[in-house]
Amino acid sequence: MPGRNKVTKKTLSAGQRRGPPLAWVGWSFLILLAVVTVLYVGLKAVANPILFLQNLLDGLKLGFVYALIALGYTMVYGIVKLINFAHGDVFMVGAFTSYYAVSRFNLHMWPAAAFPSISPNLAVVLGSLTVILLSMAVCVILAVTIERVAYKPLRDAPRIAALITAIGVSFFLEFFGALPFVFSARFIPYKAPFSTHAWYIKDGIHPIISGQASPDNTISFSNIFLIIAAASILVQVLLQYIVKRTKIGIAMRAASYDKPTARLMGINVDRVISFTFAIGAAFAGLGGVLYAIAYSSIYTQLGVLPGLKAFVAAVLGGIGSIPGAFVGALIMGQAEAMTMGYISTPMRDAVAFSILIIVLLVKPTGLFGEPAQEKA
Amino acid sequence: MLRVENLHVYYGAIHALQGVSFNVEQGEIVTLIGANGAGKSTILRTISGLLRPREGSIMLNGTEITTMPAERIVSMGISQVPEGRRIFAPLTVKENLTMGAYTRKDQAEIQATLERSYKSFPRLKERESQYGGTLSGGEQQMLAMARALMAQPSLLLLDEPSMGLSPLLVEEIFRIIVEINKQGTSILLVEQNAQMALSIANRAYVLETGSIVLSGDASEIAENPDVKKAYLGI
Repeated sequence: MPGRNKVTKKTLSAGQRRGPPLAWVGWSFLILLAVVTVLYVGLKAVANPILFLQNLLDGLKLGFVYALIALGYTMVYGIVKLINFAHGDVFMVGAFTSYYAVSRFNLHMWPAAAFPSISPNLAVVLGSLTVILLSMAVCVILAVTIERVAYKPLRDAPRIAALITAIGVSFFLEFFGALPFVFSARFIPYKAPFSTHAWYIKDGIHPIISGQASPDNTISFSNIFLIIAAASILVQVLLQYIVKRTKIGIAMRAASYDKPTARLMGINVDRVISFTFAIGAAFAGLGGVLYAIAYSSIYTQLGVLPGLKAFVAAVLGGIGSIPGAFVGALIMGQAEAMTMGYISTPMRDAVAFSILIIVLLVKPTGLFGEPAQEKA
Repeated sequence: MLRVENLHVYYGAIHALQGVSFNVEQGEIVTLIGANGAGKSTILRTISGLLRPREGSIMLNGTEITTMPAERIVSMGISQVPEGRRIFAPLTVKENLTMGAYTRKDQAEIQATLERSYKSFPRLKERESQYGGTLSGGEQQMLAMARALMAQPSLLLLDEPSMGLSPLLVEEIFRIIVEINKQGTSILLVEQNAQMALSIANRAYVLETGSIVLSGDASEIAENPDVKKAYLGI
């Protein structure tokens, strides 16, 4: 978590910095790759700046969603040193919860039904917020239950045991969800709790009439993009506040550093861990709803790739670091969007996971990470 | 106030405490001395609830606390300054202190305790917003003690407070321990530095491989020829 690198930098001995022989081959390859990438994207950007900006915007949209998921990965890792692979599936459950709330129960309509006199805009906002909050709450309950049932009994077991359990929980959620009487394995068209509007920019901002494509050579964006960006930034600020200023946040950092001593302070470490899972899940739930609205179809494997990519983002940023997860997620979003824009869409996943391999080879602690330390 | 009876603790197959009994009365300084591995820290960790005894009981003012979780024991009035200080390195000095008061609710009172500990440890006030990990060993020891006192304990457990400190700092730390005791906190002190410990304690217990082999007034123990030979290097 933030701040610790200041303390531990000294412990990095010179021996750890020295790589294996012929490391320069790998380094020169990576530098070459970086130069080629920057040059290639740069040339494309100069050739068609509008297309580049459009790709940038698409990348931001992806990146902000990944950030919402990556925070959960990084916080949970920070406190229990567990990669919670079920996190992406919690995200999926968030999307499905909102689907049932909207399509089956019309929950988003309740303000209009209960108070017919309020303005329709306010009714939509209230209704959508209710749906989002409900999905977040379901995710929180799910994640805390998973933690209690599957991870807590393994708290003192070797870390690999908990990791494999996390993979098991992930598969359980995906394939239990795929049963016909649960979510079913089909792609389901998703009905958003509010209507989407899009605009294009060309000598000012103009609305796009739904069903029509935006004119050529313009940048387009939608209200979903704005909501995702706002939600993601807001969550980041909120989390910084919780971790830095509140008693439970300070206790989270204390427990992530030294659990026995945290207990000597009277901190209920189990409760702090549950709380960590809970906020991670709440943000994943929020991300799930917004992702479903943005990409308009859902299925039970929905969380797999975004979950894994958010995990890569957390590793890239330095797992355990909250700002790192945010920055890592934005970089992942750009990498994917640029790949889709300039190379080909199927390449996006290859590039995303190549980033994981490169980070693990070159700087396993990530951008903001601290070197692993064994306490005496 | 603290009554430990027939305590048996195991680490796996290792029988670390083999029926330890002792007590600490209100207002006393009691010290447990003994060599490395005698089980001194194990006793403190068991009292604090980090370890579970297989047998025996721990009573605080007549209440059984043997199986209470660690976090409850703090609110019962027992705080520990753990071995090696165990400062939260990535937390600031002030955050470390607020964690010490974790079980307390009244913000105004916590603030008052904080002011008082800054008065007793002016160095901590100066370094309030510095990270705990950047403090020197002596400052960390003071922070660890101030942090434990933030819970306003009636009994303070101190595990090797002199460890790794210069003789001058050790004097300072022991002076502070006596000061804390004068203000009404009972103290259970575990030390390898037997000479210093015996000089401030009322009573002492000598621990050898998991059992108490000798007990009595600190001054008597200090005069015991075996103790002199084994622990005081005389």
